[in-house]
Amino acid sequence: MRAILELENVSLSYHTLEGEILALQDINLQVMPEEFISIVGPSGCGKSTLLSLIAGLLKPSKGTIRLDGVPITGTTQQVGYMLQQDYLFEWRTILDNALLGLEVLRKRTPENIEKVKQMLVDYGLGGFEKYYPQQLSGGMRQRVALIRTLAMEPKVFLLDEPFSALDYQNRLAVGAEVVKILREQKKTVIMVTHDIPEAISMANRVLVFTKRPGRIKSEHIVTLNANGCNPLACRESPEFSRYYTKIWKELNSDE
Amino acid sequence: MNNSSPEHQAYLRGLKRQARLKRLLQVIILIGLFALWEIAAVNKWINPFIFSQPTKAWEATVRLAQRGELWVHLGYTVGETVAGFTLGTLIGIVFAIMLWWSDFMSKVLDPYIVVLNSIPKVALGPLFIVWLGTGLKAVIAMAIAVSVIVTIMMMHNGFKEIDPNKIKLLRTFGASKTQTLLKVIIPASVPTMIAALKVSVGLSLVGTIVGEFLGSKAGLGYLIIYGGQIFNMSLVMAAVILLSLVSVVLYYLVSVLEERIIHHQ
Repeated sequence: MRAILELENVSLSYHTLEGEILALQDINLQVMPEEFISIVGPSGCGKSTLLSLIAGLLKPSKGTIRLDGVPITGTTQQVGYMLQQDYLFEWRTILDNALLGLEVLRKRTPENIEKVKQMLVDYGLGGFEKYYPQQLSGGMRQRVALIRTLAMEPKVFLLDEPFSALDYQNRLAVGAEVVKILREQKKTVIMVTHDIPEAISMANRVLVFTKRPGRIKSEHIVTLNANGCNPLACRESPEFSRYYTKIWKELNSDE
Repeated sequence: MNNSSPEHQAYLRGLKRQARLKRLLQVIILIGLFALWEIAAVNKWINPFIFSQPTKAWEATVRLAQRGELWVHLGYTVGETVAGFTLGTLIGIVFAIMLWWSDFMSKVLDPYIVVLNSIPKVALGPLFIVWLGTGLKAVIAMAIAVSVIVTIMMMHNGFKEIDPNKIKLLRTFGASKTQTLLKVIIPASVPTMIAALKVSVGLSLVGTIVGEFLGSKAGLGYLIIYGGQIFNMSLVMAAVILLSLVSVVLYYLVSVLEERIIHHQ
């Protein structure tokens, strides 16, 4: 099978008055279709920067990123990016929020409106179309944000600590739900997190990043999800703690 | 309400009583001030020729109304103020958008805006009169001049304080700058716009009155100057009281607008 996303010797430097900061160094990565990759690393290791590069918001200083073999030059509908919070607009109804991405693409057509309405119903938000975000719970808002991205039909999903704004209970439940939806939709996912259990319970592969400049320190194939068990059940499995210990040690060792 | 505990009902009654007492005192203070003024003038504690008195001010107002001039003067002042702050707000928002659009230009223009904000715009009055002639145009220009800079600064600051992640979200969708402006910046700035409107209503009224002082044939500002020149203090006081009423009504209208928009959201 061919990789859907390929990163080849990708480096990125930031320029400031004080000088040049190397944020990411020589990242090489091949992502297979429908793979779920988690990236963990110390804060400031450039994890989020990597997502911005893949999303086309930043250009790499060196190296190339290819999506389906084509170099990424800017934002594309093929890549969906979910930020740390839902960022639903309080002046838009739930339906209008869910349609925002399509609207920007000038695809707010009657068919698409119907499609998004159906998605709201499918994901348990039927009847909330005309509500405003302030009237919904954190978990429901997260689902609206997911629909907003799903509606644009990207192949690759980038998740930047997408559940960090939720409290622990909700985090587990919403996380499990989102993963289930993304698997059903056969999406390729790259998720950045600092929560090791979250990373293990959702991913097929966990990448550990070094401190700045961020490099891939190690890679762990996680087989917990192979039989499609959900993230909550994964946490119960005996191997879970084995992965956890290994990754935790790596994160806390200096080289 | 019916199933609330007696303590809670007592608490609510207490709150209501306090609110009523507050209103009552506010009215008493207002009536008291006017009564004191009247008594002081009647008893010659103050010189009624210089200080006038409420009854005389009322008579002056009635005379104006009978001659049909009252509405003309009120109309001019209200019209000029509304035109001033509407145009001032529109011009202010357009400028703020331009500053937001080009961060570089906003840095270039920053010192000019600071200077324009700190000079007393009233000083420009004579220029407007020379350029635009005495009358409506110069007065509206004055009202705009006094209010527009504050609007620009408030709106531009409001734009800059919008959560950058909301803008990033739009960028991830591939939004253009115009789309970002229309879908995030402007809708997110509605509360800032109302705050700016509240400030600029008051400032536009200042500009209007100063404009009328400097050169006009109608309006409350004209009445005040005219009354002062012919030493008719009752006319001056009547105009000042009417002016206070105008400012209260305008401020109230903006509050109603605010209520409407906030509730609508």
